[in-house]
Amino acid sequence: MDVYIKGFLIACQGIPTTVWVSLIAIVIGAAFGLLLALCSQTKSKILQVLAKIYVDVVRGTPMLVQALIMAYGVPWLLQSWGTGFKWANLVIPAIIVCGCNSAAYMSEIIRSGIQAVDKGQMEAARSLGMSHGMAMKLIIIPQAIRVILPAFANEFVTLIKETSVLGYVGVIEILRRGQLWNASSFETFPAYIGVALAYMILTIPLSKIINGYERKMARRESAR
Amino acid sequence: MTLGSILHDMWDIFVKFYIGEGLLVTGVGYTLLLSAIAVFFGTILGSLLAVGKMSRIKPLQYIITAFVEIMRGTPALLQLYIAYFIVPMMLTNLNPTPIACVAIGLTLNSAAYVSEIIRSGINAVDKGQTEAARALGLTSRTTMTKVVMPQAVRNILPALGNEFITIIKETSLASNFFVGELMTTYAIIKGVTFNTVPTLIDIGIIYFVMTFTLSKLIGVAERRMKAGA
Repeated sequence: MDVYIKGFLIACQGIPTTVWVSLIAIVIGAAFGLLLALCSQTKSKILQVLAKIYVDVVRGTPMLVQALIMAYGVPWLLQSWGTGFKWANLVIPAIIVCGCNSAAYMSEIIRSGIQAVDKGQMEAARSLGMSHGMAMKLIIIPQAIRVILPAFANEFVTLIKETSVLGYVGVIEILRRGQLWNASSFETFPAYIGVALAYMILTIPLSKIINGYERKMARRESAR
Repeated sequence: MTLGSILHDMWDIFVKFYIGEGLLVTGVGYTLLLSAIAVFFGTILGSLLAVGKMSRIKPLQYIITAFVEIMRGTPALLQLYIAYFIVPMMLTNLNPTPIACVAIGLTLNSAAYVSEIIRSGINAVDKGQTEAARALGLTSRTTMTKVVMPQAVRNILPALGNEFITIIKETSLASNFFVGELMTTYAIIKGVTFNTVPTLIDIGIIYFVMTFTLSKLIGVAERRMKAGA
């Protein structure tokens, strides 16, 4: 039993890295995703096409490939131009890649949230004399956020799990901690059970909160 | 490295390894095979889980809920590591190959997600449908098979297609166990040429072609189904 507790505690040492990477990435993802969503809503065809290509490419390829390109490919390319570029810390490309990856998913979430707001809201705001931007900022987005929030939190849960591939590019997060301990102690099963528990104490409470929020929202909706 | 030389290397690697050595066929073949196995058996197992969870047997419900929560709460990569370690221990006399272990891991993973897809597809069917069918004197079983399920399938099928796409991307994690799918070709080619970036971009393009075609096909099927409704 002791060995299982040890495995769990070792995996827990990776929690700060996983949480930090996921948190920063989700912030980048939300900001960049909002930008992408707005691009796909503009009248400019070029912006629309660019946003669509970005979203399709990022959602169509595994994050592992993206992470390897960012962590090893970018320095390789820049070094071949004679710049001597090196990532100061391998967490940096990892955060960038997670952020850019989740931005593609976030933009779809935000887009569907904006579309879920009744069209009459925009029409009413416009006929009251608000500009398009103002109506978007004051009327549409606040209502869309209520729809988006659960999906946003789900994306965060997904991101926490996705960060597990960052072990490949030199980030020592939860899974990597477990693997390293497994490699030195040969306690394979305790190591991986510990890792699973460490992930579950992050993801399960979060998804329970999301479920509760969704149920509350549904009840409020039906009470109306 | 200029853009031209990267494109040149990408083309060279594609022709020499993916076409010449046949890595495209084997890589894509194994990726699609693994995904198809995972989604097919995942759907069967997932349906059983969904039915079990909607049954009135409390212990069964708890066990299934725990399984689904654990599978959805931990990363797929971890599940593959555990499957790779535990399946050979449980099936010692069958001597499972690495690809079999990975397939079992992916199947269990997708079963958890599919069971939620099926459950929410059934729940999305309006309650009035069940009530009306029951009021007309249909048994609860007939109501399920003749009234609710045909409508639920329309919600479920597109989501299953998306699950297939997700699994295709997830099979890239199986490269860790060198099972021969598309991402494994990265290690093979890198070992020979040391030319990482063009190889990675080639792999990215192949994945993209697979997932993009599939999502377009799903879109067409979805539209057909809506038109038929």
